[in-house]
Amino acid sequence: MARLGYYLELSDHYMPEIASTTPTSVPMNSVGIVKPELIHFNQPFTLACGRTLDNFELMIETYGLLNSDKSNAVLICHALSGNQHAAGFYDGDNKPGWWDAYIGPGKAIDTNHLYVVALNNLGGCDGSTGPTSLNPEDNQPWGSRFPPVRVRDWVHSQARLADHLGIEQWAAVVGGSLGGMQAMRWALEYPARVRHCVVIASAMKLTAQNIAFNQTARQAIMADPQYTNGEYLKHNTLPESGLGVARMIGHITYLSDDGMGEKFGRQLRSGTFEQGTDEPVEFQIESYLRHQGRKFAKAFDANTYILMTRALDYFDLAREYNDNPVEAFKKAKCNFAVMAFDSDWRFAPERSHEIATALLHANKNVFYARIASPYGHDAFLVPGQPRYEALFSSYMRKVISSCA
Amino acid sequence: MRLDQKIIENWVKPNAHILDLGCGDGRLLEHLKNTKHITGYGLEISEAGILGCVNRGINVIEQNLDDGLKNFADQSFDTVIMSQVLQTMHYPDKVLAEMMRVGREAIVTFPNFGHWRARWHLAIGGKMPVSDLLPFEWFNTPNIHFCTFKDFEVLCKQLNYTIIDRQVAAEKAPGKWLHPLRPNLFGETAIYRIRGY
Repeated sequence: MARLGYYLELSDHYMPEIASTTPTSVPMNSVGIVKPELIHFNQPFTLACGRTLDNFELMIETYGLLNSDKSNAVLICHALSGNQHAAGFYDGDNKPGWWDAYIGPGKAIDTNHLYVVALNNLGGCDGSTGPTSLNPEDNQPWGSRFPPVRVRDWVHSQARLADHLGIEQWAAVVGGSLGGMQAMRWALEYPARVRHCVVIASAMKLTAQNIAFNQTARQAIMADPQYTNGEYLKHNTLPESGLGVARMIGHITYLSDDGMGEKFGRQLRSGTFEQGTDEPVEFQIESYLRHQGRKFAKAFDANTYILMTRALDYFDLAREYNDNPVEAFKKAKCNFAVMAFDSDWRFAPERSHEIATALLHANKNVFYARIASPYGHDAFLVPGQPRYEALFSSYMRKVISSCA
Repeated sequence: MRLDQKIIENWVKPNAHILDLGCGDGRLLEHLKNTKHITGYGLEISEAGILGCVNRGINVIEQNLDDGLKNFADQSFDTVIMSQVLQTMHYPDKVLAEMMRVGREAIVTFPNFGHWRARWHLAIGGKMPVSDLLPFEWFNTPNIHFCTFKDFEVLCKQLNYTIIDRQVAAEKAPGKWLHPLRPNLFGETAIYRIRGY
């Protein structure tokens, strides 16, 4: 449990901090200094909602080398607040990418053998076309006018990216949480283009409780007067307090009760309960959450947060397959790895067990493991979990052996 | 390969769809895949077992058999195998009923508690049997429901299951030669093929 404390004190993304940023100090098992790359797509792209983007851009990063027959490419799909910076370090930054613990030379997703592609999804706020980009019609930021995006739109745009990179078939599509939903959608939309699908801490659809949390987060943003109906960039304001509260709500649900209790308990940051004093009291957890909220609100776009949570809510794997996940998965041709964490109550292991059950009835190759972890939903990001690492690495070795 | 697993192999039809309850590290499924071209899945709860399955590329679902098989459809497997696991179940009768529901037939193997060594331990030594097959002490054993061949057959009769095949295995002398004469006394392992009707 000491580790939990360590990671909680860090950023939103559980990034281990290293002392310095000079290349010599980059750990041996890191992909090293990386640079994002912006890819332009000039063909019109029609979204599930019916609206068409005349062109769009995706910010990507790649690690490792594509082999000569392009059979070793792995796509990393990010979750709610992720981006293209999945591994390695930006020059001058001492924080590695959000999944650095599991992507790199010798790591679970081994860049000595695999060519890894990570991107910022359409609608994101880290360089890809999204609410903070300019709407070509009026050269104003899209803001809340950016069309709603669904998981399938991301998958289709990622297929355009694969075309651009000359990748006919992914060795694996890998994702946790919302990323796992993209991986599953890939298996159904492009069965011939995926060999392995790795789904971690995910679900075939959200429960009502889960949608409720997202709605509360969205309401927190919209209730902020600075939100100005989503046109805050035009008005040079930022709904930081609303987005901060939204993040706090999310953050609480991504951790486990035990994990939070272990780290913070009822410790006070300031004040006292001694009788006869009226000194204001602040719990450690209050200060921690506020800090997390504030930090996130400065780095993330509120409209993107709304867009991403809606995509999460709308996702329903089997909706167009008569609500029958077995029928849905029968379309898939790939092998599946499904993992979940026992303390994850936002994407409970039961949801992953349902995925495994549906896959089994569809006669697909699958393994499912329920991993003991104190880290709640965020467990899929947290390093230093031997069982998770062993299973993940073992499966990815199968992926590597499937590359010519 | 354990003797009971060799017998299982003989009973499994080529290309069968198999569910292996308590599949361990997937060795039996891997063997059947190679020799009988079966398809199928294992259920397991041990971490080492599941990792072994993933290493071997064997389909495995982490699932506790004591919770039943409610996520499995009726008659969805040709054969449901349970090898040396029945005696660890909280409710062996309920597990058997689930096996009959999910599979067209079941193969069950278990250690024979009526074996003469076990009887000797208890009758003369006055202590719970500890042997190669059952290496645990009474207080730390995962084996909580022992039965003999006779007990098992009585249960099958009560539940109206048909015993299609029965084999007794004994690898050690004198059981090796004597088990055909008195299986309940000299057989170490029972291997039953049963049907739910």
